[in-house]
Order: sequence, then C-alpha cells, then structure tokens
Amino acid sequence: MLLIYCPYCEEERNELEFRNGGDAHIARPTNIADITDEEFEEYFFIRQNPKGLIYERWRHVHGCGKFFNAARDTVSDRFYLSYKAGEPKPDPATFLNNGNESALNKDKGASK
Amino acid sequence: MSGANRISGWGRLTPAKTARFTFDGKSYTALEGDTVASALLANGVHLLGRSFKYHRPRGILTAGPEEPNALLDVSRDAARRQPNVRATVQEVFDGMVTSSQNRWPSLALDIGAVNDLMSPFFAAGFYYKTFMWPKKAWEKVYEPFIRKAAGLGEAPKEEDPDHYAGRYAHTDVLVVGAGVAGLSAALAAAKSGAKVMLVDEQPEVGGALHYDTGVKINGKDGFTWAQETAAELKAMDNVTVLSRTTAFGYYNHNMIALCERVTDHKAKPGKNEPRERLWQVRAKRVILATGQIERHMVFENNDRPGVMLASAGRTFLNHFGVAVGQKVGIYTAHDSAYEAAFDLKRAGISVPAIVDSREKPGEAVLAQARAMGIEVLTGHAVLTVGGKLRVNSMTVGRHAGSATRKIAIDALLVSAGWTPSVHLFSQSRGKLRWDAETQRFLPGTYAQDSLSVGACNGTDDLQATIEEALAAGELMAKAAGAEGNGKIEITGEAPFSWTGGMIGAAEGAGPDTTVKAFIDFQHDVCAKDIRLAVREGMQSIEHIKRFTTNGMASDQGKLSNMHGLAIAAEMLGKDIPQVGLTTFRQPYTPVTFGTIINHSRGDLFDPARKTPIHPWAVAKGAEFEDVGNWKRAWYYAKPGEDMHAAVARECKTVRDVAGIFDASTLGKIEVVGPDAAKFLNLMYTNAWDTLKPGKCRYGIMTREDGFIYDDGVVGRMAEDRFHVTTTTGGAPRVLQHMEDYLQTEFPDLKVWLTSTTEQWAVIAVQGPKAREIIAPLVEGIDISNEAFPHMSVAEGKICGVPTRLFRMSFTGELGFEINVPADYGQAVWEAVWARAEPMGACPYGTETMHVLRAEKGYIIVGQDTDGTVTPDDASLNWAVSKKKPDFVGIRGLKRPDLVAPGRKQLVGLLTKDPNGVLEEGAQVVADPNEPKPMTMLGHVTSSYWSSNCGRSIAMALIADGKNRNGKTLYVPMADRTIAVEVVTDMVFFDKEGGRLNV
Repeated sequence: MLLIYCPYCEEERNELEFRNGGDAHIARPTNIADITDEEFEEYFFIRQNPKGLIYERWRHVHGCGKFFNAARDTVSDRFYLSYKAGEPKPDPATFLNNGNESALNKDKGASK
Repeated sequence: MSGANRISGWGRLTPAKTARFTFDGKSYTALEGDTVASALLANGVHLLGRSFKYHRPRGILTAGPEEPNALLDVSRDAARRQPNVRATVQEVFDGMVTSSQNRWPSLALDIGAVNDLMSPFFAAGFYYKTFMWPKKAWEKVYEPFIRKAAGLGEAPKEEDPDHYAGRYAHTDVLVVGAGVAGLSAALAAAKSGAKVMLVDEQPEVGGALHYDTGVKINGKDGFTWAQETAAELKAMDNVTVLSRTTAFGYYNHNMIALCERVTDHKAKPGKNEPRERLWQVRAKRVILATGQIERHMVFENNDRPGVMLASAGRTFLNHFGVAVGQKVGIYTAHDSAYEAAFDLKRAGISVPAIVDSREKPGEAVLAQARAMGIEVLTGHAVLTVGGKLRVNSMTVGRHAGSATRKIAIDALLVSAGWTPSVHLFSQSRGKLRWDAETQRFLPGTYAQDSLSVGACNGTDDLQATIEEALAAGELMAKAAGAEGNGKIEITGEAPFSWTGGMIGAAEGAGPDTTVKAFIDFQHDVCAKDIRLAVREGMQSIEHIKRFTTNGMASDQGKLSNMHGLAIAAEMLGKDIPQVGLTTFRQPYTPVTFGTIINHSRGDLFDPARKTPIHPWAVAKGAEFEDVGNWKRAWYYAKPGEDMHAAVARECKTVRDVAGIFDASTLGKIEVVGPDAAKFLNLMYTNAWDTLKPGKCRYGIMTREDGFIYDDGVVGRMAEDRFHVTTTTGGAPRVLQHMEDYLQTEFPDLKVWLTSTTEQWAVIAVQGPKAREIIAPLVEGIDISNEAFPHMSVAEGKICGVPTRLFRMSFTGELGFEINVPADYGQAVWEAVWARAEPMGACPYGTETMHVLRAEKGYIIVGQDTDGTVTPDDASLNWAVSKKKPDFVGIRGLKRPDLVAPGRKQLVGLLTKDPNGVLEEGAQVVADPNEPKPMTMLGHVTSSYWSSNCGRSIAMALIADGKNRNGKTLYVPMADRTIAVEVVTDMVFFDKEGGRLNV
C-alpha cells in the first residue's frame, strides 16, 4: 500500500485516498480539432510505460480532490517527489541520486 | 497424567494445569501451554496424518510454523471448525476436537496409500502428461476424479459464527520477531524514545531460546531473560508487544500486515473478543529479526513418523518437557544437532548414535559428545529408516553399498543446517545475495527502510547478534526521529558455536538412485522428482517448481526450497545463484479469510445507498434492484402479480393515466461560475451558450476518443449556474472527468463543480394526468403548457418547500421531475401520491422506466452503448454541435475508424412473431445456415415486451445497421432461430411525439 504525499494537503496519506490518473505532462493540443491522425495517435494513445522513473498524475479523490503530479520509480514504487498540477516537469538531476532514502525517509515537505 | 513421555521436572509447563482434548475420537490430557503436537507426542502419538499425493503416514516434523506434515482439522463446535491447522502451532484448549485428514477408512489403515505403491506412475508432471487425451475425457472423467482427490482437509460449510477485527497502527519502529535479536533491538529502540511495536508469532517471546537452554544472557537463563525483557518493554508507554501475532506480509512503503490470534488458544473466549485481528501497520522503520529455519536431511524414507528436526526435538524436550522417543538417533550435517543429543542424554533418554555426514564436525561438540559417552559416526549417512507408522531403525553406512549397520531407534532427529528466514525481506522487494561461504541467501540490497538483524541476516554468533540488534534498534529509532539515549549493553554466552550445513540430497539419495527421499513433505516431492524435471528439460527454477509443485503447498517450501534448488543446480551443472530463487510471496503463513475481510462482511461488505423515498417503496412491497450501490425500486407487484404482469400494468397505467417514479439516484452536479457555459461547451458535444436560463437540454458527453461516456439532461438555472444530471452509475466518474479537465486542461476557467446527487430527492411524475396531479401543490411556477413547455426548468415551491421543477420526460409522456431537498423527499412524494392515487395513477419502478424509454427509442448509456459507440452510431448526431471550435471528443470523432462505413450502429429490431421477446445479449446474424463459427453482426442491447405497442420491441447494435432498414436478420438461440426485421427508426410508440407537448 503506497504512501503518497499530497502537495496541496502537505502530508503523506494512504493510497486508498488517491486515484492514479496516468502519465503526466501530456498536454491536450490547443488546436486539437485540427491535428493530424498521427498527432492524435501520439497525444492520445502512445505511452512509454517505462521501467524506472515515471511522471504520473494522481488525484486526492477522497481528500482535497485535487489533481497533482508525482515522480515515481515503477520498479521500487519509491516516490521521489510530488508537485502541483501546472508546475513544470522537474529535472531528474534535482531529485535522483539523493542517497538511498525512500519517500518515507524524507522531509515531509519534499515537494516544497 | 499428561502423557507417558512427559519427563518430570523438565520443560516450562505447569503440571497442575491440564486440558482435555480429542484426536480422532480418542481423548487425551494436555498441559496448559501445550501445542497439539507436544500433547500428542507426550502421549506417544507420532502418526498424525496421511500425505497429500501418496497417502504416506506422516508425523510431526517441526515444532513451529514451518510444519508441512502435521495438519489437522481442529474444531471448537460444529460451526467453528478449521482444516489444515498446524499441530505445532495450535495450542490446546479444554474441549478441543482434532482429527487427522486425507485418510479413509482410518489413519492407520488408509486405502489411498495404494498411491504409494503406484508412485512410479505418479512422477512429477504426471497430471500434465497423463490427462491430455482423449480430449473429451478431461471434462467427464479426469477433472472430476482429480478434483475429488485434490485438496487436503475439508472446508467448513457453515457460515463462520466468529467475528474478526481490524486495526490500523502507526509506529516509529516495528520489530518482527522477539527472539534475542528482536528483543535487543526493541529495547534499544524503546530506550531511545521511539514508539515501538514488537510482534512475535509464538505465545511467548524468546524465539530460539525456547529450546536453546544452554544460552545465558546477562548471566541469566536465556528464556527467563527474554520474559523479563518483554515485561520491561510492556511496561513502557511507548511500546506495544503483541504475541501470537504473525507479520505475514510486507507491502509497499513499510506497510506490514499482522494477524493476531486472539482466542484460538482459549477454552472460553470472551463474548466480545474477535477470533483474530488484522493489523495494518505503517512503520517509519522496520527491523526484521525473523530468525532461521532448520532444514531436514534428504534420505530414503525421511518422512517416516518419528523423524523430526533436531531443534523440534529440543523444543519438545526443553520447553514442553516431552521426550520424542526413548531411543533417539541423530542424523546431522551441522553442529547444532549435537546439542539435541546432549539435552536428551541429560534428560535420561538413550541416544544410540550421532550420525554426521561430515568427516570433521566442530571440535567442541565432538569432544562434548565423547565426554558424554555418545557414539559419533562421522562421515556416515543414514541410508534409510525402517518402520512404517513410526520409525524403528536406521540403517547407517559410509555410503550405499558399503557395510551398513542397523540401529534400533524410535525417533530420529535430523539437521542439515539452517536457512535464514528472509521471507519478509524478500517481500519488501529487497534483493537477496548468495553467500558462497555459508551457502545461504542473505539480505543484500534493501528496497525499503528496514534492517535485518541476527540469524535472518546471517549473523551466527550470539554476542554479535545482540550487538547488531542493539545498534539497529538505536539507529532506526534515531532515523524515525527519536532523540533519547538508547545505549545499553547486553552480554550473551552460548556453550558452543556452530558450524556446518549441507543443501540437497544426502548420501544414498543421489542422482544414481530412485529412492523416496522427500524434500517437500506437504506436496510429496522427492529429490528424484527435481532431477526428473531437469531431465524433462526444465531449466528455470520457476519451471521446476511448477512441474514438480515443490514449494507450492501452504508451507511455501520453508524447508524444501533450498534442497530443491541445490538438487536442480547440481543436475544443471550450475551454481545455485545462477539457477535463481523463486519469489517469496505474502502471506508468510496461511491467513484465514476471516482475518483478511474482518469487518467487511454482511451488511458491512458494501454500503447500500438508499433514497429518501426508499422506506415508502419498502412499505409498498416494491422489489428492488441494485444499481451500483443504490437500491432502486424495480417494480411494485400487486397481490397475485408476477413481475411481468406488474410491469405490463405499470407501463399501461403511466401512458393511460400517470405514474410516479423515484429518480433520486440520478447523478447531479452543480456547475457554477462565470465560465460555466463555456466549460460545459467543452465537456459535452452540445452547445450550451445558446441555452436560455429556464430551459433544459439533453446532453451527450464523449471522451477524447469520441465514444459516448455519459448522457443526461442539463438545466440552466441562471447565466452562471447549471443543474447537470448524469446516469445513476456514472455520477462519480463524470465528476472525476470534469474535475480532471477543469483542473488540468482548462484551469483558467472560473467554474466550480459540486456533487449534489444526495442533496436532491427527485420525483418524476409522468403521464397525461401529470400536470393535474402536481398543479395544486406547486407555488410560484405557472406550469401550463404555454408558460412551461417541454424542456423547461424553474425554481419555486411545492408543498411549501423549495423545488427545482423540470418539465422533462424519459417516458415520452407529459412529465415533470420535481427536485426537492432530500429531507423533504418522502413528504413531497407522499403528497404527490395522495393526489395521484385517486386518479388511478401508480408508482412505477426501474423496469417500467426501461420499457417506456425503449418504446420511445431513448438509449441507456452502458446498456445500449458499451464504450465503443459514437453519437452517430446511436443516431444522436443531432446533439453534436457542428459550430463549436472545440469540445472533448471533437478530434476523436474524426478518426478514420469512427467515420468508416459499416460500423456497428444502434437500430430497432422487430421480431417476425410479435409475441416473441428476444434475449438481451443475444447475437444477430445474417445467414442462420452459415456453418459455425457464424459471422456475428452484433447483439441485442435492449429487449422488452411492450404492452403499449402490443408486441415485443428491441434495440441492437448491428454492423452497418442503418443500411439494413427493412432487412431480415436472425437471432440463433440454443433451441431455435428467431427471425427479426431491422427498423432504423427506434421510436416504437408515438412517433410524432405529440404526447410530450400537451
């Protein structure tokens, strides 16, 4: 059972309170009506399903109701950090290789 | 007397406290604190069951949770019965009834034992190969036969009368295992000021100190020190000590699941006590002090009752005061078993010989054995043992074919060494490393915030274990935020340090033999089966495991995995780490379903949602159907009516007079803000900015891929306020979908979304007399057809309470939907009913609602659509705005496949025989004579008897349906083929729609 840090509530809460929302940082094209089939395919269907670092969306559905993003390792399920929707995609260099601590070890304010 | 083999003055149980129990109908006396195993051994009972596959007689192999053999059926009363209980774990309580399993007609004479003679035919992979042909026999002959033979024990049929509890806990440091290491670690962590939980599966703390009586800690007897330390911990405010509690699962982010057995050891459980309690513990830090499990020696007939682990023999003697035999042989590859011989000898038991497979045992134990006058045969093997229901001799030699000696014994203690219990570490996704020197897997790379200490970490020396545990306790407490001084000193002394160990088959059970030398007792897997698997081409340990079923029983191979791995590695000519290890999975030991579900049963299994009008419907005798979690009134049968008659009457009454319907379950979302219309324009295919306040409109929501996601009527209450309705089942996901776009794609829009599903009770009044029924109750709204035409909405009062009144219809009749605050729902409903009843109207349920809407060709999302249907497929293109620059789905709808001809489209079906009603879900074909498999054109989505049309009506998704108007298609059923005519116009009743606008 994951422990997930909500950047709005500013605390770690049980996975039961959240719902995963798939990959993060996939912006809906502003001219979506005019894009080609290939562009629509890329936007809507193609996902990397990486082994390792993933940026993904979560919603604190049984909490504040907010959507936010998180960087997680899909192998260890370690959360590196979570941040509010709309904030830029963080550079992995800023949070990877920060020692061997998992989300639990870190400062509660990891995302701040 | 509590058994002839109880040695006076030995063990820790109190002779005065006895308990009576039965085994296979015979009554025995036990001492309080006995396990079923120790009590039966005290009474000289070694034969406890028959093995799974060969029905071989089996006894007690261990004294702990790793027991693969001694599985009994244990009951308290008729309904409180549990199969496959490990006799070595279950404590005796007064009045307990136990029985052996897998035998008929009796344990000593078991017909199924013929399987043992037939065993050449039951080799590994037997089932996979034998029952392949003829194909037909599988279903009729093989499967029923195998199913009957399969399974150990008999599941209780009665409902479990016990209750189970669940609890969540948060702690700084969780310590699993309360042996020397766990107690030391917990003490250091607790003294540091951390919040500590210490859990152990046994009734008392102590772990290996139960049997290892030579150990002194802080100058005291080790077991006494353990109890005193536990008492000290329990007295501390920051410590919780749980005994009889198994940490069975290590999950993500230091979430540990515990099973606490609260009453299974009590003769008279308290009335309010749960039988077991599930703990879900979130720990900042975890210390694993899970110890190690002794391995058995692999030799011929090593499964005979009376053969058991050396540590088990010591536990029965030193803790329970029970001698496992009077002439006890030892067969070992490890020094630890020597101490069993010493203990037995001191208790006055004869030890005919210690047979050691090694040429050079540890010098200290060897010297002690000689000093005590025990014969030690080094470099020797027990080639086989005699005795069927109880071991009576061992045949000892240097190797098979050498000169052998037969030694009379009545029990044989064995040890091939020790396997660290890395189960929880592995479950935490930590990576194990192979320690070549000591031939064992040890914790390598940690994946979570935990540390292993003591035996499970490969630390053998007692003082080193203590120091490692103390350091870990302090370190983990500090890491969890504790700031106290946890420095303590504990000194331990053990009489001997142990060396040795072997994995795999012993002398006489090697690759050149076909003897039955068991590695997995519970699944009857022998050394030769592993070899056969390799010869059959299995290379991966995962394949070997599945082919032989080694380690797949409920003991999960606690004793067998390493032996199996070593034998496979030898056959494959590879090193053990190259062959790999199978995955350790939760649970560590079997956990009852009761514990896992605990409170979530009966009414608490899933919440039931009920509308404010529910009690009225119950009083009126409505039948209910489940829609999501909602209980919805299905139909209101009058005395003597079946469902068919009731629905036919309700349908007719609504169209002839009127009906009232509880629509409270409809999802409702209040969409408010200056950009509300703009937002809805993006979320629905329709245009909303053109909708005037006071009007409502049917809307379709598509996903980005262009498929219909939901539908509903949306009323505009004001420029900046919409009352959105969704399908009953769709409410949560529609809100989630809207929130998603609002928060992440269109965050600049000034809109607020609020779920109001449960705030409004909704009373639909439908039928020619609908206006007449509600007119006198409504205040402040002119509900005449001219002032309040179809698809209007207004706020006013009804029965003196505020209402949002919709003029709308899901029946095709003149209709109103009265929204009132939920608390007034039943009162307003009753007021409406008081008007409606004298006019001849009726209440109707969801079934009638379904029929009436189908008569009008209105779709139900999720029934007539399935997530692959576009608005055009459902002939709802009129609801898709052609003018909007954007909405969710606008691009998806242009995808080549979605505009291609020949798609499955929703059409009406009329059976050629008007009385025949199609089955929903039935497949539709063009040519009923086509050989199978036939070309399926689609399926029936909705089908009803329509009393208003006087015939059956149906809707179906049919490939290229819109081009098949008037064509005949066929619905093949098991017993006949039904001819149907396609009608693209799905309006079966009142095609002009005149009844809506009166």
